[in-house]
Amino acid sequence: MSRFEYAPAPESRAIVDIKSSYGLFINGQFTDATDGKPFKTVSPASEEVLAEVSEAGPADVDKAVRAARKAFEKVWGPMSGKDRAKYLFRIARLIQERSRELAVLESLDNGKPIRESRDVDIPLVAAHFFYYAGWADKLEYAGVGDDPQPWGVAGQVIPWNFPMLMLAWKIAPALAAGNTVVLKPAETTPLTALAFAEICQQADLPPGVVNIVTGAGRTGQALVEHPDVDKVAFTGSTEVGRAIAKSVAGTHKAVTLELGGKAANIVFEDAPIDQTIEGIVNGIFFNQGHVCCAGSRLLVQESVYDEVLARLKRRMGTLRVGDPLDKNTDIGAINSAAQLAKIRELSQIGEDEGAERWSPECELPANGYWFPPTVFTGVSQAHRIAREEIFGPVLSVLTFRTPQEAVEKANNTPFGLSAGIWTDKGSRILWMANQLRAGVVWANTFNRFDPTSPFGGYKESGYGREGGRHGLEAYLAH
Amino acid sequence: MVWRPTLPTKDTPRLEVRKTYKLYVGGAFPRSESGRSYVVTDAKGKFLANASQASRKDARDAVVAARKAFAGWHARTAYNRGQVLYRIAEVMEGRHQQFSLEVSQSEGLSISKARVVVDASIDRWVWYAGWADKLAQVVGSSNPVAGPYFDFSLPEATGVVAVLAPQDSSLLGLTSVIAPAIVSGNTVVAVSSYERPLPAITLGEVMATSDVPGGVVNILTGSASEVGPWLASHMDVNAIDLCGIVDPEEATELEIAAADNLKRVRRPAEEDWSADQGLSRLTQYLELKTVWHPIGV
Amino acid sequence: MTTLDSGVDSLADVTSSEDRLRRFLLGLPGVDQVGAEARAATLGTRSIKTTAKAYALDLAISMIDLTTLEGQDTPGKVRALCAKAKRPDPADPTAPQVAAVCVYPDLVATAKHELKGSGINVASVATAFPSGRSSLAIKVQDTKDAVAAGADEVDMVIDRGAFLSGRYGLVFDEITAIREAAGDAHLKVILETGELVTYDNVRRASWLAMLAGADFIKTSTGKVSPAATLPVTLVMLEAVRDYHEATGLRIGVKPAGGIRTAKDAIKYLVTVNETAGPDWLDPELFRFGASSLLNDLLMQRTKLATGHYPGPDYFTLD
Repeated sequence: MSRFEYAPAPESRAIVDIKSSYGLFINGQFTDATDGKPFKTVSPASEEVLAEVSEAGPADVDKAVRAARKAFEKVWGPMSGKDRAKYLFRIARLIQERSRELAVLESLDNGKPIRESRDVDIPLVAAHFFYYAGWADKLEYAGVGDDPQPWGVAGQVIPWNFPMLMLAWKIAPALAAGNTVVLKPAETTPLTALAFAEICQQADLPPGVVNIVTGAGRTGQALVEHPDVDKVAFTGSTEVGRAIAKSVAGTHKAVTLELGGKAANIVFEDAPIDQTIEGIVNGIFFNQGHVCCAGSRLLVQESVYDEVLARLKRRMGTLRVGDPLDKNTDIGAINSAAQLAKIRELSQIGEDEGAERWSPECELPANGYWFPPTVFTGVSQAHRIAREEIFGPVLSVLTFRTPQEAVEKANNTPFGLSAGIWTDKGSRILWMANQLRAGVVWANTFNRFDPTSPFGGYKESGYGREGGRHGLEAYLAH
Repeated sequence: MVWRPTLPTKDTPRLEVRKTYKLYVGGAFPRSESGRSYVVTDAKGKFLANASQASRKDARDAVVAARKAFAGWHARTAYNRGQVLYRIAEVMEGRHQQFSLEVSQSEGLSISKARVVVDASIDRWVWYAGWADKLAQVVGSSNPVAGPYFDFSLPEATGVVAVLAPQDSSLLGLTSVIAPAIVSGNTVVAVSSYERPLPAITLGEVMATSDVPGGVVNILTGSASEVGPWLASHMDVNAIDLCGIVDPEEATELEIAAADNLKRVRRPAEEDWSADQGLSRLTQYLELKTVWHPIGV
Repeated sequence: MTTLDSGVDSLADVTSSEDRLRRFLLGLPGVDQVGAEARAATLGTRSIKTTAKAYALDLAISMIDLTTLEGQDTPGKVRALCAKAKRPDPADPTAPQVAAVCVYPDLVATAKHELKGSGINVASVATAFPSGRSSLAIKVQDTKDAVAAGADEVDMVIDRGAFLSGRYGLVFDEITAIREAAGDAHLKVILETGELVTYDNVRRASWLAMLAGADFIKTSTGKVSPAATLPVTLVMLEAVRDYHEATGLRIGVKPAGGIRTAKDAIKYLVTVNETAGPDWLDPELFRFGASSLLNDLLMQRTKLATGHYPGPDYFTLD
């Protein structure tokens, strides 16, 4: 009998209407950039050019900040919380209505599997707007005093790994708290942010409340350093986060930073094994491992090391790598050539340092940026692949003998964003959760997100929280 | 022959025993490793004492002591930390007169006004002591996620906090920057007011005799401008309060240095130490940890 | 996590006493409910189209144990069912036959007669189906009757009361006794997972049945709700996969009850494919206990072949 080969099941692209070029979204209108050069955004799965996008220069950023300031002072600031809430609810509904289109657009521009953009990213985007919409007229209950005030204009810079979800994490709480925003999406993934600009128009959001300036690092820098920005929110690398922290030194600007991680995913001998394997896979291969909280360091108790590895490898053999728009794809394309080069370089270093590299047999498409799911064994804390964020589908496996050793190894990093614990023993979970120096601890699960649940790191993983009441607090002066 | 004390008379007044003001590091009172001291005068310029002038190496030692103390202090129950802070207030009450004299001399206040400041400082310790076992309830949360998960967030201490204490308010200000950091389980390296260090050293003596584990609070006397940069750039310090830096450019430099390991930075600002303090200094040195667990049978 | 480390020898050892058996079963790794259900849900999102769908539909038809287990069953009803089993779609002779017809013991002879020469097996429930509340002697006799009447396969139920009260030895001994009474007939052991409630119990019962000699482990009688679910089947597929790793033996899995649509059946096949592996995509190792499922599979099959949606009136009700 022949094997059960899944036929291609591509989601239709017909639902998206990508324009050949996009301007900047300033003061409610798409406008041409005045001092930047246009750049192209490509589909990482095929290297096909999707659209030409404007690069905002300092003058454009200034224009956007002025628009945001004016909207803050004239419209959004004075508006009742009740009405701000209704705008946000309206946006949430529009996102739901256009969810399939947004999912396809996200997968095209980012390379992530449609299963994830459809089932994870976009539903969470809508959920974030719904959650924060309800806060807009309840700010006095947010725990920051009787008369909480917005900062003013928020300058927000987001990464390419969850383009629209990160936009939602930034914009929803900012607007709910009464700030206006200028947001810069990542240069490789601007399309859903530009679609969001259209959604703001459809929602009749007053001009200037949301401004989207596309561009690369230079644009982000101009935004963060703009003197009339009151609040800076950044998600991205620790390196850039550090630079931002330096650039705002001595100013009045409030800052939240959500940066890198090198999470330990800790497996004890009494773990629920099959769900643990799923958790390991989800921890590192979700979104091609382009996740700041990815469980990139697997710490396995020595007594079950062989079994866990055998099961993990078997499971990795069923992962389907390929076309992001195919509904059966588990692992899509690496977001950019630059990121692929970085993953390759660190993987090579892993090999050179003596770790053993393994990937299941899998055929990678000829065009586009691809990297197979990869696991390194024989890794020690001293290896670079155990210390540096690879931000790709690459797992480093280490072992431990006692819970104390697991904690020591897990905490032995300048990062502190997330951690995972797998064990059936309740008291051990709570003990471990206490000991781990990380902002999010997933016990017997991994990579779960919710608008009500605060997210953010310890140490060099940044400061401030996004999500929940605490995420709102970050946009209120106190 | 029966021994009788020689009581001082008008003609033969008793020669007072002067106090040596030293650093307070790791629960001990060392002199500066540099061997340096500086002259401390009262508000009118009259000599009061030679204070140890802390060096970068003293700062380094203090950070080591604070880091060492962190795990144990952080692991204490909130109830216990609350009691320890309350004990500080009790012991201060017993030294009320000494503090009043030092505050009066340091800040040029009348004794009666200085007493009010000491009262407020003691009361501030009591206020913060009470926060120990309430913080988690006030700033933590249970998060109603859309799925079968129990999800909660609780605050935890950031770690080692460097505090550049206010230059003007030598006791009340100092108290108001140390207490909110340690009550939640942080450990502190504080640099006292340069010109008014005496109440800080006495506060160190209070710490040493009031159940505060060695290393939880470390007090350096000397120049924030000299020691501050070393603390700001120290990779094992998790947060820094720039309160005592008067020059904005200097504060900016320290903030830039602090970014190297992404320290939580509290910028200098106008402060009214006599006012109610609110939560902001407490929450400044807290990390929020969110824990998820599935709910199933 | 004792499963993979235990070789064949030690597995023989675990059944040497009730105490060892209990320790082995309680030592099996736990199943996290939320994680197991999330995994099943993800597998359920696979999109099976065109050629893959055609393959899956025919495979699913060939895996059906076409079942009637009603008090009102008659020889006439069984004869009609057998006709359907042999030629599911009168309009399309390319539609495959089902794997077996499943009936009560007293109707085995009728079915056997109707299916003679067709290659389709006769399966009989036995052991005081569905509750299993009878003496071992009667259960053994029930089994012997079915086999004597010509049953190729016996679907027995376990004593859930004994299992839930921890008397694993009793359940084990009962299965072995039925195994013996069934002779050459294939033995399917019904766990009645809806009464076991937890996935931990499902995993333990699966291992218990396999250790006692089951050829198949089956989810449900169809008389208790919930009957088969995707996550329960996932957990059982993990058990047969692990048992194969440990012993080299392949045990079959049969979800039964509640699977009514082709869409659902395909989700099960995806779960088989990605859990136990392609070897299990075979009627020898995977079955559906169902009745109305067959017509939906046939309708989908026709849709795929003709390109338009058929109506139920064009498919026989038996």
